[in-house]
Amino acid sequence: MKKAFPILGVLTAILLIYALYQALVVAPTEKTMGDVQRIFYYHVPSAWTAFILFFINFGASVLYLIKRNPAADIVALVSAEVGVVFCTVVLITGPIWARPVWGIWWTWDMRLTSTLVLWLIYVSYLFLRRFSSSGETPALAAALAVLGALCVPFVYFSIWFFRTQHPQPVMGGGGSIDPRMLHVLLINWLAFSCFAFLVCWSRYRLESLQREVDHAHALQSLLDPRGSVR
Amino acid sequence: MNKTYYLLAAYAVTWIIHIAYLGTIVRRYQRLQGEIKDLKKPGPRS
Repeated sequence: MKKAFPILGVLTAILLIYALYQALVVAPTEKTMGDVQRIFYYHVPSAWTAFILFFINFGASVLYLIKRNPAADIVALVSAEVGVVFCTVVLITGPIWARPVWGIWWTWDMRLTSTLVLWLIYVSYLFLRRFSSSGETPALAAALAVLGALCVPFVYFSIWFFRTQHPQPVMGGGGSIDPRMLHVLLINWLAFSCFAFLVCWSRYRLESLQREVDHAHALQSLLDPRGSVR
Repeated sequence: MNKTYYLLAAYAVTWIIHIAYLGTIVRRYQRLQGEIKDLKKPGPRS
């Protein structure tokens, strides 16, 4: 498995460069917005990747609550952390796109506000994981993750339920898209999904190693209470 | 402001965020390697 990581890393880097080329050069220019519409090829795949990671976090959290499996707890933590990174990209690229198109950086409409709330829920999840040392922290965090996951479909379908400034969803919504744009969008989504998978994998290995080291520190302090233990 | 600047800004910010996050992972990994090295050192025993 360790040998596969650099190979997958190189393949993902090539795919990301290819996806960038597709987004900047191959994709047709949108008539009304012009080149600024190409932000779409980073904004939407980042949102989809974040949603998938939050659903993985939900599945792993439910598994942890049922089985108390430490590996599920690590998967939940890692997917939430990487999901927050992708959601941050969405929340920053969105206003950068909105400014030249809508004339404003931000508006408190349902899609934008619910995305911000979703981001805050997962940031609070990570703060809980980071700063609480109680033995019940993983279980409490898993319960919070279940709440967070309930917000994901609400964010996605909020455009249907409320009048918002945001356009209709590309998939499963009332919006339509040029097939060439859809092709480029899917390539970018694939590239970002592969990238997210690799980041999650390396973060999983790091978290597993961290827990082993913490365990070794605890054992060392039991065997040698006068020793220097951090 | 030219609209292309917004496009460049969005793409640049995306990669700055991802690279910064990867940087934190590498830094945490290096710190952990240091801790492992310390754990392997023979400590004082009574």
